[in-house]
Amino acid sequence: MTATDVRGLSIATIADGVRSGKLRARDVTEGYLDRIARLDRALNCYVLTDAAGARRRADAVDAARAAGRDPGALAGVPIGIKDIFVTRGVETTCASKILRGFVPPFESTVTQRLADAGAVSLGKLNMDEFAMGSSNENSARGPVRNPWSLAHVPGGSSGGSAAAIAASLCAGATGTDTGGSIRQPASFCGVAGMKPTYGRVSRYGVIAFASSLDHPGPFGRSVEDVAALLEVMAGADPLDATSIPAPVGRYRDACRAGKDGLQGVRLGIPDEYFTAGMDPEVEAAVRAALDELARAGAKLVPVSLPHTKYAIATYYLICTAEASSNLARYDGVRFGHRTKDPRTLEELYARTRGEGFGLEPKRRIMLGTYVLRAGYYEAYYGKALRVRRKIADDFAAAFTQCDAIVTPTSPIPSFRFGERMGDPLQMYLADVLTVAPNLAGVPALAQSCGFTKSGLPIGLQVIGPPLGEEACFRIGGAYEARTEWHRRLPADSAMSGAEVAS
Amino acid sequence: MSRIRPEEVREIATLARLDLSDQEIERMTTDLDAILGYVAALKDLDTSAVEPMTHAVPFDCPVRPDQVGTSLPIDEALQNAPRREASFFQVPRIIAPSAGDLPSAGGTSEEES
Amino acid sequence: MSADKYEVVIGLEVHAQLSTQSKIFSWSSAAFGADPNTHTDPVCLGLPGTLPVLNAAAVESAVRLGLAAGCKIRQRCRFSRKHYFYPDLPKGFQISQFDEPICDGGAITFRLHGERRSVRLVRIHLEEDAGKNLHAAAGVSFVDYNRAGVPLCEIVSEPDIRSAEEASEYVRAVRALVRYLGICDGNMEEGSLRCDANVSLRLRGETKYGTKTELKNMNSFKNVRDAIESEVKRQAALLDRGERVVQETRLWDAARGMSAAMRSKEQAHDYRYFPEPDLPPLVVSDSELAKARASLPELPEDRFARYTTSSGLSPQDAGVLIADKEVAGYFDATVAAGAPPKRAANWLINEVLARVDDPRKLGAADIAIAPVALAELIALIDSGKISGKLGKDIFARMWTERRRAGEIVAAEGLAQVSDTGAIEEACRKVVAANPDVVERYRAGNAKLIGFLVGAVMKETGGKANPKTVNEILQRLLAN
Repeated sequence: MTATDVRGLSIATIADGVRSGKLRARDVTEGYLDRIARLDRALNCYVLTDAAGARRRADAVDAARAAGRDPGALAGVPIGIKDIFVTRGVETTCASKILRGFVPPFESTVTQRLADAGAVSLGKLNMDEFAMGSSNENSARGPVRNPWSLAHVPGGSSGGSAAAIAASLCAGATGTDTGGSIRQPASFCGVAGMKPTYGRVSRYGVIAFASSLDHPGPFGRSVEDVAALLEVMAGADPLDATSIPAPVGRYRDACRAGKDGLQGVRLGIPDEYFTAGMDPEVEAAVRAALDELARAGAKLVPVSLPHTKYAIATYYLICTAEASSNLARYDGVRFGHRTKDPRTLEELYARTRGEGFGLEPKRRIMLGTYVLRAGYYEAYYGKALRVRRKIADDFAAAFTQCDAIVTPTSPIPSFRFGERMGDPLQMYLADVLTVAPNLAGVPALAQSCGFTKSGLPIGLQVIGPPLGEEACFRIGGAYEARTEWHRRLPADSAMSGAEVAS
Repeated sequence: MSRIRPEEVREIATLARLDLSDQEIERMTTDLDAILGYVAALKDLDTSAVEPMTHAVPFDCPVRPDQVGTSLPIDEALQNAPRREASFFQVPRIIAPSAGDLPSAGGTSEEES
Repeated sequence: MSADKYEVVIGLEVHAQLSTQSKIFSWSSAAFGADPNTHTDPVCLGLPGTLPVLNAAAVESAVRLGLAAGCKIRQRCRFSRKHYFYPDLPKGFQISQFDEPICDGGAITFRLHGERRSVRLVRIHLEEDAGKNLHAAAGVSFVDYNRAGVPLCEIVSEPDIRSAEEASEYVRAVRALVRYLGICDGNMEEGSLRCDANVSLRLRGETKYGTKTELKNMNSFKNVRDAIESEVKRQAALLDRGERVVQETRLWDAARGMSAAMRSKEQAHDYRYFPEPDLPPLVVSDSELAKARASLPELPEDRFARYTTSSGLSPQDAGVLIADKEVAGYFDATVAAGAPPKRAANWLINEVLARVDDPRKLGAADIAIAPVALAELIALIDSGKISGKLGKDIFARMWTERRRAGEIVAAEGLAQVSDTGAIEEACRKVVAANPDVVERYRAGNAKLIGFLVGAVMKETGGKANPKTVNEILQRLLAN
């Protein structure tokens, strides 16, 4: 298959095609590898492509099918793996210098499940270093460019994943969402992505940034693709003590149910999420989406999430404290970067870490170390944990009035490179619409709902109650059945031939 | 009104084992000061009646049966070691450990060879 | 002596390495002594992306220990992260318990100079052990992570201990307790039981605590006692000179008989504790608690009480018996098989224990002399069938030949002759053959009866009951 043939293919088309024999997994994979070869130079989505491995895996799927064995629910579907997922025998770096050369001797639960389902990994995807960032400008492997405009950021931290889906450099991708890192890049790149309920997807083998806030999840071109991936990724894992034992839902069915309309569904609209400084085009697109959902039969009800204004402060206190702890293991002793010729243990640690971490991880480690200091704990971290409960209670109260909450994903569309790098606080404040569901642990789906006049994507966010993924997918499916945004593709011509300027 | 001074930033960098240049210390001081200023808004919220939320899961700690599984073959355990000597990970000599590094938990792990 | 004007205040932290099969948060073996870095897995190595999963047996051990020590079991407790940088600590933090330990309060009871002592506990909590650093020459150290992740129970006492000797007895009591429960083998030399001491002095009558130092690296009961004694002397000398005790950590050097201060870089340990996010709160249900309670064996101090009262044993003997659960069990079984307690204790302590290198071997199914067999031997002696001396010989043979006493006696016709007729005949023979001895005996040399008894024993091939011989000779010679 050619690079053109695979452009915009859905996961269902590929999997059904391979399973039925109409398509050969190897052909599909070659198509995507071809696209990567042509276009990724401009985008820098992949930090590592494993063409030989991908071909082997695709051939194995074809052989299984030919032998009459079940090739899996995602048979032959080419996927990209955010470089935060540990992959056995394949370098895993979190886009950081400090993990360069780390070749894990074990596999993450998520990537194992995807492989067992017949998916074909094409390689590891670029990201903000240690998942810290909202623009993929914090990568030690260079920034990722937005396929819709190379001068604009793809969002972050799963920038590589979102951009790769948008540019059809894979049909599905994995990401992680700690404060919006799946949803925001999905919206900046015009694709779909989901942060599931906390614990719905195993974190075993997901390199930790903030343990109580990290959510592994899927990216796809459409919510139906996202649903297909989530069905395979989700489920209890004995290796993760925070993974939920509940059975995995039928997410694709929920999407299809949406096609029949949303009669009886109440959608909560929180005033606090339509902020004063919002981009007017974003607001217009989201309000138009709400109208569309109402036309599908949903009832729009106002709800209030009064503690939203404290969400960013709460988030940055908790995530940096946990990050300072999770990143303490990077010390040059057992893996990764090690400073040259340290004379003492102190030099080993301080120089290795000083050399190996980028500015953003250092900043967050510093803040996290500060707030956990004896004497400061109650004022900062302890306080944040209590406000967190208030935020979670806000959602619980709102969900007594509605079945799902619908909001914009980001108050602004994508921005230009360098625009926000000077002021970390400004960067953090852009997460205001995504962090609260991480704090509460509730599921949230992002999908495309329009474009700005200049052609930048705009995203819609559908937040559900705990283990309410089906509600999100029903609404997302209903929206996609009535709109065409998810079918729009960026032009290949804009991406080929251009180099990524560092 | 600064919430944090360079001296304290240096202390934290030491606690966190981060070698920072003078320039980085200066930058960090400004950044942390701004962020701490922002997060101070939480002070205004009355949370006296609220329990801390440490986990977003509603269940208790699961336990696993006491069964031995397969350990890593030694070469895999050591395969990423930046410095290795025979079956060990190698680090610079730990001289007269300081009390700040060796707390009472777990007891002394020093052994003379 | 200057040390008398001060009251010694000691608190102990004992770490017991739990004898579970696997580690506390991962599946590698927790066994001691393997080749370096062969008992590791991604979790205990702290590789990126790994997560802890709690071992049920570690929880059970901690609960049983808490119940045995009379603690309040916290049915909802938490794990915390304790941060410090050291090569043997892979994650840069230790998973421990900070503000909500699994056990609160409790006490360890034992005897000191015959008096019952009870040292209160602050708490007991679960945590993971660190790996081991080995020093080599030439500027490098080596790290072995086999021990990283092995479960530990940390037992923290109140500063109720008042002497080095008491401290040593306290550790001995803790060791006995964990061995009784079967949760730890209590081997201080191998490091499965470790002890740190906090020592301070204050003037007698003073209620405020003095500055304390922390003592580490005491790996035997003797070292605990010597190290603390040395530290008390050192602090007393300082205070006598008007100097102050510096709060510091000191390492005991047994070879040199002194402790040395560790260089202190930071004012205080700032471990930056916070609740472990990867482990939800741990709940111990009522039924689990009941099951643990029901599983407790008779504890050392309860056994001691029983042995010294209803069994009538001396405190010394009772003390020896309770030191190991297997020894006490052996004793109980011997008594259950019919042996009088004092006799059983005697044989057990003087003969059985002398023949094993490890008292715990008394619990083995294949022990050379089972309690029932010992009881049988004792019965043979007490009934007069064999003499005490012969009994000891038979015991030795039972041990090496693995035969029952009755069998040996019957097979070789060793049954003590108690038939008074036969003995009397032998006595008359001896009396007739030794007229001069008899003469001197009757003249007043009473000791000579021994010679005559010996001669009768020889005459009967050692089988006569010496008591009977004595009685008959006395009767014969009285005439």
